[in-house]
This record gives sequence, structure tokens and C-alpha cells, in this order.
Amino acid sequence: MMFEFLNIMKHELLLCFLLFFILIAKIGSKEENSPSWHVMINLLLLINFLLGFCYNVDGELFNGMFVINDLVHLEKNILNLGLLLISLQAHPYTRNHHHAPEFYMLLISSVLGMFFMLSSGHLLLFYIGLELSTIPLAALANFNLNKSNSSEAGMKMIMSSAFSSALLLMGVSLIYGTTGSFSFGEITLQLTGSPLQIFAFVMLFVGFAFKLSMVPFHFWTADVYEGAPVSIAAFLSVVSKSAIAFVFVTVLYSVFESLVSTWYILLFITAVLTIGVGNLFALRQQNIKRFLAFSSIAQIGFILVGISGGSQESETSVIYFLLIYVFSNLGAFGVVTLVSAQTGKESINDYKGFYKRNPGLSWIMTISLFSLAGIPPTAGFFGKFFLLTAGASTGNYLLISFAAINMVVSMYYYLRIVKAMFMDPNEQPIPPILSGLFPGIAFVICLLGIILTGFSSDLYTYIHSLSSGI
Amino acid sequence: MNLHILIIAPVITAIALLFFKELKQIRFVALAGSTLQLILSFILLSTFCAERASGNTAAMLFYSSVSWFAPLGIAFTTGVDGISVSMILLSAFVVLAGVLVSWKMEKMSREFFFLLMFLSAGAYGFFISLDLFTLFFFLEIAVIPKFLLIGVWGSGRKEYSAMKLALMLMAGSAFVLVGLLGLYFNTDIGNGVHTFDFLSIAKQQINLEAQLIFFPLAFIGFGIFGALFPFHTWVPDGHSSAPTAASMFLAGISMKLGGYGCLRVATYLMPEAAHVYAPYIILLATIAIIYGAFATMMQTDLKYINAYSSVSHCGFVLLGIGMLNETAIAGAVMQMISHGLMTALFFAAIGMIYERTHTRMVSQLGGLLKVMPFISSIFIIAGLCSLGLPGFSGFVAEMTVFMGAWQHQETMYRLATILSCASIVVTAVYILRAAGKSIMGPIVNKEHLSLGDATWNEKTAAVLLLSGIVVIGIAPFWLQDLIHADVNGLMVNIGRNLIP
Repeated sequence: MMFEFLNIMKHELLLCFLLFFILIAKIGSKEENSPSWHVMINLLLLINFLLGFCYNVDGELFNGMFVINDLVHLEKNILNLGLLLISLQAHPYTRNHHHAPEFYMLLISSVLGMFFMLSSGHLLLFYIGLELSTIPLAALANFNLNKSNSSEAGMKMIMSSAFSSALLLMGVSLIYGTTGSFSFGEITLQLTGSPLQIFAFVMLFVGFAFKLSMVPFHFWTADVYEGAPVSIAAFLSVVSKSAIAFVFVTVLYSVFESLVSTWYILLFITAVLTIGVGNLFALRQQNIKRFLAFSSIAQIGFILVGISGGSQESETSVIYFLLIYVFSNLGAFGVVTLVSAQTGKESINDYKGFYKRNPGLSWIMTISLFSLAGIPPTAGFFGKFFLLTAGASTGNYLLISFAAINMVVSMYYYLRIVKAMFMDPNEQPIPPILSGLFPGIAFVICLLGIILTGFSSDLYTYIHSLSSGI
Repeated sequence: MNLHILIIAPVITAIALLFFKELKQIRFVALAGSTLQLILSFILLSTFCAERASGNTAAMLFYSSVSWFAPLGIAFTTGVDGISVSMILLSAFVVLAGVLVSWKMEKMSREFFFLLMFLSAGAYGFFISLDLFTLFFFLEIAVIPKFLLIGVWGSGRKEYSAMKLALMLMAGSAFVLVGLLGLYFNTDIGNGVHTFDFLSIAKQQINLEAQLIFFPLAFIGFGIFGALFPFHTWVPDGHSSAPTAASMFLAGISMKLGGYGCLRVATYLMPEAAHVYAPYIILLATIAIIYGAFATMMQTDLKYINAYSSVSHCGFVLLGIGMLNETAIAGAVMQMISHGLMTALFFAAIGMIYERTHTRMVSQLGGLLKVMPFISSIFIIAGLCSLGLPGFSGFVAEMTVFMGAWQHQETMYRLATILSCASIVVTAVYILRAAGKSIMGPIVNKEHLSLGDATWNEKTAAVLLLSGIVVIGIAPFWLQDLIHADVNGLMVNIGRNLIP
């Protein structure tokens, strides 16, 4: 019994162990920021990631409050991968920061919250997981302690997440009121589609929309990304978004499947708005972090198109796309992190002539951007194609055409960065940047991911075998 | 013959290039890689002809299918017929000539040849794909390297042209994407399972309503690649800003991807809709032919002249496809081959002239024949081929298209045919004028007297392309024989006409 418990909550317990380890190491050590400390923490995260693949069992705890199956294992592994990559990439930043242990502790507790959220079979556990994942992020957004726009980012983050949590809670309480249960299985049985239930569902949807920064609930995103440290912006846009998207799919497909007609309309509207507005704003950005923020909003729009399909292929392609998105977005963010940590430059204009001095980093950035834009042979092409295929299965070609045209728009702004790096002249280009060991490893993983994930149909078939439609 | 090697060879060449630093090594590897491509395509041609001669009448030879994304009905299916073999041969010629012409490329030569090899892999993959997903995959592969080729190595307004080309072609592929998805969800291979497989879609009757929606999307999408009026505007800017090898690739191969897609995917898989939309296709093609020809007359830059004339010549391809009969479609295929070789030669000659004189303006050139006789002769020969002089490939191809077009009795078709024929006169005017002013006459710029003629690599490239043009021009029957059976095969579907 005890062993089974350990096995079922393996992912969470590992992270808890890491948390306590860092806490004790922080209290115990004299020197706060020794190089060996960073090696240790990255090694532990790597072990944590690898252990995620071993001894995986299906099962549930606490009367179905905590559920785990192969799909959830996979999703947790994807998040672990993102955590590892971000930790590797953050090294140039945390190396010189006084509070590096706290940085990692907050990061890990946020992921811990996401794990609980992914495993929840009960609205209360879901809500606690959500809060646990959000509140450390607000502290992390404020981690550039001496910068005023960083505290602005932290403040905006906490306000918006409090507001969205309030809406979510409102929805949760109304659902409890109409169905008499918090448990997902019970709620599904009790849903009748009454107006009050639909109202409650819309509240819940809006809560998700805030967290996923769907338009028109996206206003916090760009400011938070701009103010937060680059690694945290990367974490927000990749790991945090992926976790919420995973849960969103599960909640829509297995809990609220009887309200499909309602959420299809909601998804249709928000997908069109999210893609359109995300793209339009990304066109005009001058700050590369703001630019990546808006482009990630547009990417969320494409994910919504995929979700709207409602078939088994939809769930597969959403998970597959998010895995690819981890590699591609972290590749791009990795370069931005390095440049920002070593030169402090974050404007797109600073990247002009980047190729002359930093050919390697330019190619990494280019390949990552191509993957984000969905250009073959990078994995992003496969991800986007399958999302649109999944979306088209409902026969709504209007939505697909809109998304396809917007892929062209997004192409323009991704190519703009490529153009700046390769073609534009610059009097004072960014001097050669040494990537260092940790970010180097992260880049290799990202590039391998971008090139190999797309071609590997086995991975797709594997995810397909785990997922289910409505 | 395993067709995968056609994709693997350029990819391996591209990867091998990354390990070299010296210009000499790099261009040697690129030359070796592209020669290998030519050898492979000749082997393909000979084995293909041998198979056909031995009585193998399967629609697609060397067929192989490897399961890929099985849950979506995607497989890596490859196979060739006469049309794709001739396209592959064309690509191999143009790529080798392109490498030879860029022999002196010193600026970031490794990246340049890498992208060129990458592009050629995309083109071969496109021509051998028998699965709509992989076809689309390779179509898109052949877009973005061009952005970098034009933007980094180009001349003139290169950033603008590169962006315009990339965005217009991506818009084209966005149309294609929606068209293909629509097609996919209207297929059924039992139990409501959909497929991207080309041959099994060809056997099915896609319902007419779906065809009427998705045919225009697919046709316009591929049409943007093939300079369909009014989506041709990327052609002049893109071609004229591109470096020589990229212009050759763009006009020689890339635009053919469009024509091939229009024929193979749009028209062949959705024939009933093709009959409905045929008058519009013919209208647009005729406008492109005439507009392209007249627009060329106004140009003063040699590259713009060739680019606009490409719009006009590619109009013949679409005109042939729009006629929807066997002769015209065979003509369209031949025009693709002929125009690919001819325009590549033209761009090569212009590139050679530009490299020496640093100008492409007709008014600043003159009397080049005295200074560089070889290049000038090439230029004139390409021009004569372009205006359809008998003995060259252009005449054969255009003649076949007109013969096919004349089979239609309706007034509108007749009118379109006559107008297109008349455009040849305009072609003669602009070609002879450009050649006369820049090649003949007195030497305008005294500095040109010190310039040298073509070097060995340029001569090889020119002779290579020239041999193709002349062989097709003098002995067109071997090309006709090669494609004849397969055009017939296409007609089984295309001839299907639901609308009386």
C-alpha cells in the first residue's frame, strides 16, 4: 500500500524532495552561489526528468481525487523536460543572482502545483494545484529585484491571476451548487445543460482563458513578459501554458463533453480573436520579449483551433504540438536569455547584424523561429499541420482558412527577426557571446527536439494511443 | 530504383557541406553533389524507359509506401511517371548549372550551397510524392530557403523582394493547405477513414459540392507558385533581386512546382470542378500571357525582362491545363520543361553579363558581342528559344499547346487561343529589341572593352542547358513518348465530365 502510494505520487514526491533538498542546502551552505551548486541542481533535475519515465503505474488515490494514467505521466514528463531546459538556460542569469536557491525553489513549487492540477479528479485539488502553480510565478516575475518594471510585472501577474481565480471559483461554486459534487466523474453525470450550469461553465472557461492568455483576457501577458526575467517569461509561455492547456483539454473533453455545443462556439470566437489579435500586435513590437509574448498568444490561438475539433486526433495533436512548442519556444527564448544576460539588450533592433558575430546562435534562433512559424522540415510544421487537420474535422473551413491565412501573417514577423539577424547592417552589432556549458546542452536538446520530433511518427502514434476524444 | 535516394543525395550533400570551410572544398562538394543528382536522374530515366519498354503500364513506377503518421492516414508514398521523371531531369540540369554558375560565390559560400542543395531536395521530394501530406511538406520546404537566398545574396531591393516572395508563396501554400484538408475530409476508404494517398483519392469520386469549394483553393494556391494572374507580382521582384543561381532555380524549377501541382493535384483529383472553372482559368491564363508580354516591353532591366516574360510563358502552362484535353496538357508539360531550361539559360547569361559589367540596364549595355562572344551567343540563343523559333524547345511546346487549344470549338476558347498566339509577336519585339540594344551595335561603355568572356564553369553550365533545349527542339518525340502514356492516364480522370 505504501509502495503503491509512493509510486502513484512519484512525480510529486520527487519534486518535494528536490524542494527540501534545496532548502536544506541553502540553510546549510556558507557560499550561496558556488558553481558546484548549479551543477548539482541541474543534475538533480535531470535525474528527476529521467525517473519520470520509470515505474509508471495507473491508479488513483483519495477516492478518485488524485488520478494518474499514462497520458498524465506523459504530460508531466513534458513539463519536467521544460523545467530542465529552463533551468539549464537560466544558468547565465542565476549564476550572478543572490537568490539563486529561491529561484529554483519557486520554479519547482510552481511545477509541483501543475502536477497536482494535471492529476486532479476533483475541483478542489484542481484549484489548489492551480494556485500553487500561479503564486510562485508572481514572485518569480518580480525576481529582478532592483528593476521597477519587474515589480510591475509581479503586481500585474498577481492581480490578474487573483481576478481569474475569483472567476474560476465562482464557476466552481455554481457547478457545485447545480450538480452537488466536486468530483469530475460525478459532475459529468449530473450535467443537464441548464442555463445556470452553462453560466457556471462560462465562468470556468473565462478563468482558463485568463491563464492561457486568450484574447480578450490577454492584457497582462506582454507586460509581465517584458518585466520578468527572460527565463521566467520562457517558463510562463511554455511550461505554464502547456500545463493549463493539458488540463483544459481534459476538462473540456471528459468533464464537460455534454456541453460541447457551448464550448465549441466559445472556442471558435476566442480562437479567431486570439490568433488575429496576437498576430496584429506581434507585428509592431520592438522589444523581443514582448514580441515573443504576442507570438505565443497567437500560438495559443492555433492550439484552440486544434482543441475545437473534439476528436481523438485533436487531443493527440494538441499534446504533440505542445511538446514541439516546448522545444521551439525554448530554443528562441534561450538565445534571448543569453543575449539579455550578457549584454542587457532586448530590442529587436539590437539583433541587427547578429549573424556576423554570432553565426551559431543566429542559426539556433532561426531554426526555432522557423519551427514556431511552422516551416518544414522543422517539427513546428508537423505540429501546426496536425492542429489544423484536427480543427478541420468539424467541417468548419472558415476557421481553418482564417488560421491558415494567419500563418502567413505570423510568417512575416518571424521572418522580420531573421531578416534583422542575417540581412540588416548594424554599426555596433552584439559582440560574440559564449554560450557556456549549461545553455549549450539546452540548445542541443532543443535542436534535436525540433528536428527529430516532427519526423517521429512513433511519438505521434504513441500519444494517439493514449488520448481519447469526446 | 529506390526513389528515396533522390531526396537523400542532396540532403547528404547539404550536411557534408557543413564540415568544410575552404571555398575550393565547398564548391567541389557542391559540384560533386549536383553531378550525382544528374547521374541519378539519368539512371532514373533509363530504368524508367526500360520498365515501360518491358510492358509495365502501372500508373506509377518504382512505387513504395512507408507508413508514417498512420492515425491520420499519412504514408511516405513515392512513385514516378513520365511527367515526374522529366521534371526531375529538368531539376537536375538546372541545379548543376546553378552550382557551376555560382562557382565564384565567395560570400558565405557554404551557406549558399547548403540552401541550394536543400531547395533541390524539396523539389525532388515534391515531384516523387504520391501522398498529399508529403507533397505539401516538400512544397513548403522549397519556399523559405529562397527567402534567405534572395535576402542575403541578392541585389537591388533584396529585402523587400525576399519578403514579398516568401509571403506570397506562403499565402499560396496556405490556400493549398485548406484545399488539401478539404479534399482529405471528403475522401472515404471505408468506415469513414480518410486518406492523403494520391492514388486512392484519384480512384474516388469526390462529391461535386466539395470539389467546387476546394478546387479553386488548391488551384489558386499552386497557381501562385506558377505565376497565375493576378498573383504573379512576386515573380518580377523575386527573380530580379535573386542571385543568379537562385533566379535560375526560381524560374526553372520553383514555378514548375506550381504548374505540376495545378495539373497533378487540383485538376487530376478534382476533374469535375476543373471543367466548371476551366473558362476562368483560361481567361486568367490569357491575361497573364498578354499582360506579361506587354509588361516586358516596358522593362529596361534585363532580369525584369526575363521575369515578366516568365509570367507570359508560364501562362501557356496554365492555358494548356485549362484546355483539359490531351494535346494541350502534353503541351503544358512540355512548356514547363522547355521554359525551365530556357529561362535558366537566360538568367545564367544575364548573371554572367551582370557579374562583368555590374549593370543590367539595357541602355548601359551595347556591343557585348565584340567583347564576350560566347555569353552573347548564349543570350541570343535563349532569346530565340523564348520567342519560339523552330529548332528550339520553345517552339515545340507552344505549338503543342496551341494545337490542343484549337480543338475547342467555342468562340471564347478560339479567341483566347488567337490572342495567345498573337503574343508571340510581342515576344519577338521585346527579345529582339533587348538583344539588339545590348548585344549588337556599338560599344556604349568603353570600360567594357577590358572584360573577359565566359570561364570554363560558365561554359559548361551554358552548354548543359543548351543541349537540353536543342535536343527537345530537334527531337521532340522522345519527350513526347516519355510523357504521352501518362498524360493519357491523367485524361482518364480529367476526361470525366459531369456537367454536360
